[in-house]
This record gives sequence, C-alpha cells and structure tokens, in this order.
Amino acid sequence: MPATFPSDPQVHHAVKLTGVTAGYEHNIVFDNLSLEIAAGQFVGIVGPTASGKTTLLKIILGLHSAHAGKVQLHDSTPANKVKPGAIGYVPQLGSVDWNFPVTVAEVITMGLYTNGRIWPWLSGQEHARVRDLAHRLNIDNCLQHHISDISGGQRQRAFLARALINNPKLLILDEPTSGVDIKTQHEVLHLLSDINREGISIILTTHDLNAVASHLPWIICFNRGIVAQGRPRDIFTNEIMTRTYGGDIVIVKYQGHLLIANSTPLNFNGDNQ
Amino acid sequence: MEFLLEPLEYEFFRHALLAAFMIGASSGLIGVYVVLRGMSYVGHGLSHAAIGGAIVGITLNLNFYTGACAMGLLAALIINKITKNNKIKLDAAIGIVTTAMFALGVAIVSKMRNFKQNFEAVLFGNILGITGEDLMIIGLVTCITLITMFFSYRALLFSTFDSEAAQVSGIKTAPVQLLFSLLLTLSVIASLNVVGVTMVAATLIAPAVTARMLTDSFSKMIIYSMFLGAITGVTGMYLSYILNVPSGTTIVLFSALVFSLSLLIKPARSLKKRLSLP
Repeated sequence: MPATFPSDPQVHHAVKLTGVTAGYEHNIVFDNLSLEIAAGQFVGIVGPTASGKTTLLKIILGLHSAHAGKVQLHDSTPANKVKPGAIGYVPQLGSVDWNFPVTVAEVITMGLYTNGRIWPWLSGQEHARVRDLAHRLNIDNCLQHHISDISGGQRQRAFLARALINNPKLLILDEPTSGVDIKTQHEVLHLLSDINREGISIILTTHDLNAVASHLPWIICFNRGIVAQGRPRDIFTNEIMTRTYGGDIVIVKYQGHLLIANSTPLNFNGDNQ
Repeated sequence: MEFLLEPLEYEFFRHALLAAFMIGASSGLIGVYVVLRGMSYVGHGLSHAAIGGAIVGITLNLNFYTGACAMGLLAALIINKITKNNKIKLDAAIGIVTTAMFALGVAIVSKMRNFKQNFEAVLFGNILGITGEDLMIIGLVTCITLITMFFSYRALLFSTFDSEAAQVSGIKTAPVQLLFSLLLTLSVIASLNVVGVTMVAATLIAPAVTARMLTDSFSKMIIYSMFLGAITGVTGMYLSYILNVPSGTTIVLFSALVFSLSLLIKPARSLKKRLSLP
C-alpha cells in the first residue's frame, strides 16, 4: 500500500503566534510578533542572515522558549505540548555529522521513536512503512547505504522520509535548498509541493529567492519581524526586497518567471563595480 | 591449548577472566555512544574523580566502591549541570571537576602518612585484585547497563545523532543525557580494578573506534564493539597472566593492536564500497 499523508480538515491554523517576543539572554531577536499560517499552506520564510528565521522556527518547534506571547499549533494546542510526531522536522543538512555511522534506513527509522515501541528492532508494520515511504521518495535502492554515500538530493529525501514517517500535520524544514545544485533544488521543492497537495502544512526557510519565487505559493519576508507576506509576484518587488535585505536588489520578469539578483554585479577581477 | 586451560585452574584467574569479559562487553557498548557523542575524555576524567572519591571513602572507613561511586556520580551530575547552558564546553568541565576531585584524593593520601591502601591495582589493573565482591558489582553494573541501553536504544541513537530533531519527536534529551552519564560513571567505576584508572578511557574507546572502521551501520557498530570489547578483555587478561604485567596494560595494548589491524582493513572496505556503488 503506498504511503499517504492524511490532513485534518477540522484544523484552521497550522501555526498561530500572538505577541511573541523571543531572543537569547539580553539579545531580543524579535518583539511582539504575531503570525498566522493556515492549515494546508506552503510557506517560505526568506530574509538575510541573522534575521531571526531560525529562532522563529525553533519557537514554532518548541526548541526555544518565547520570553512573552502565545504560540499555538493546530489551533489551540500549546506548542510545547504538541503530540510527538505531529510535527516533522528536517534540519539544515549542513548541521548533520556525515561521518556518523548510520545507513539511510537507520535515519528513517529514527522517526519511529514516537510509536512508543521500546524494542530496538522494527516491527513488521514499521518495516513496511519504511519501505513504502522510501519507495515513494525514490530512495528505496539506497536504504542500506551509508548517509555520506548518497547524492545531495537523496540525503534531503532521507531526512524528509524521517520527518514524514509519523504522518505529521506540519512539516518544518530549515534551509532545504542550501548546499545542493539547482536541479536538486527543483526536485526537492517539487516533492514538497506534492506533499503539500496531500494536505500537510509546510514551512521552510531559505536563502534561495529564485527557487522559492518560482515554486512556493506564499512568502514571508522576515527581518527581526515580518516585513511583508503574500504571493511571490506581490512580494518580490524592489521596495520589499530592499526593506528586507537592506540593499539594492534587482527583480526581473523573464518569460513569466521572477529572477532576483543583487544590483551590484562583480567585474571580471572579482571586485564590486 | 594447554596454555589456555592451565590458568583456568586458579580461581583468581577465572574471576579475572569473567570480569574482563563483562567489562569488555559493557565498555564496548557504552563506548560507542561515548565516541559518537564526542565524550572520549569523559571516561578518563570520571575514573580520576572516582579514585579521589575512593580515597576519601577509605579515610572515612567506607567501602572502596561507596566512595568511588559517590564521587563519580557527583562529578557526572556537576559536569552535566555546568555544561547545560553551552557556555562551558564538556572538555573544560571535565578538566576542572574531575581533576579537582582527584587532587582531593592525592591531598588526603599526602596528609595521612599512615595511609596503607595499595593503589597500584587501581591505577593499572591487577588480575590478582579481583575479588568475589568485585565480580558481583561488575556483574550487576553490566546487567544494569545492558538492560537500560537495550530499552533506550532508539532514544539514545536519535538524541546522539540529531538532538534537536529528537526533541521535536518527543525525546527528553536532557534526562537521556543524564541517564547515559550515570551509566558511564557506573561502568567506569566497575572497571577500575580490572583495567585501572589510567587505562579506563582506552577500554571504552578502542573497541568502538575499531568497530567504526569495520562498519557504516550503527546497529552493527554496537554488536562489533561489544564483541571486540569482550574478546580484547579476555585476550588481554590471558596476556597479563602469561607476561606477568598489569592487566590494564595488556588489555589496552591488545586493543590498540586490533585497532591498528582495522586501519589496514579500512582501505580494502572503501575500495569494495566504491566498486559496489552505482
């Protein structure tokens, strides 16, 4: 039986933040932030380095406590009391220890911890679930390979499989397009789009504006607070990009696509002109 | 074959062999997590804290294990506490906490000129020094370690590999870390009379790093490491008897030899893997 990801039509908000202030000791990253992400949405959060994107994700994931405000997931559940497995999380692949001795199958089965099963080995049902999911994500031929012996796209799909194995309602990915080539970026975003169509809410952060401009339906521009949010064609304007990134950014429309670039190109010597 | 059977006639050797087998297997198991969590220096530090505690305990007319256990567990708790906020790194915390506890023991020995206890066995391991009580404690600690780690396999693996994702999945990573630290402390203390304070770290690390050279799978690494730990423990104990040198040194030297051999196997494995990959 193929793996499917059922959604809950009764849930209206995947994430709702009300007046949230967060930071680290005396450094407030964002103050009095309110944000609503509807269930079933596919949202990209973009912004410069140190803009607070990762802190925002950690607040939603319950990995970091807010100084003030209310964080709700799936309408009313407090974020830190969400049922294990209800959120799937894919970390930045740059933070993964690629020398750690785990096979692709072992990475995927880590996600099964929430089943409450105490035996170290997998049940027949769990084996079947891993196989189905791996088949669906097209990594079934490398289940016994070490994680460093597969391509960037396969690595991303292995971690995606771990996040999806418990049928989460919400999937959160920290920079899933970083460190992979342009073809893999498109593959990953298309795959996420397919998953989203099955009813799973998706939130991701990225620095790759061109990829999200052409693949994601909703963008949040973030720089220590929400600068703007909306559809890519409404968001990727010179004015909003300049407010978000604090520099001149050129937006070009080419054959129906939005292309975003820094307005100060490099000359052949590698210096800014 | 006779040279293998002859030492078994002696009760002290049978005790020592059984102790080395159990310590080897449990150190092999716990050593996998020690290596992968980047805690290789912890075993070394905890053994020093434990010996400081054992000396304090003996001066208070307590059992060797009571003092060692109290100080070892206290060291593990303090290290866990002061590294929690990430301001102080693990290696620095081990350096100050365990050395201070060891220094306390040295200060007591220096001050009490009539201190009669012979600590050579505890420093380097001694096959003559393993009593029935030691064997019982080693057996108990091995059982506790194996059972606890068996049932917390999934939580330990996930939190070791990816602590944040593990937390999102509902694993309480702080209690898991604390539980692991306590098991490690008990294992180190149980090993003291077999391998000695100065050799404990190597018996924890050597089987695990050798196993890592032989496999890329976590579950296989656990099995290989336990097997290697038990085998090197038993072989080292025989070598100690035959060569008449402290058991800790022979176990560690034999472990290092096996590790060196695994370095030779690694290139062959890499080549085979390259040929088999698409």
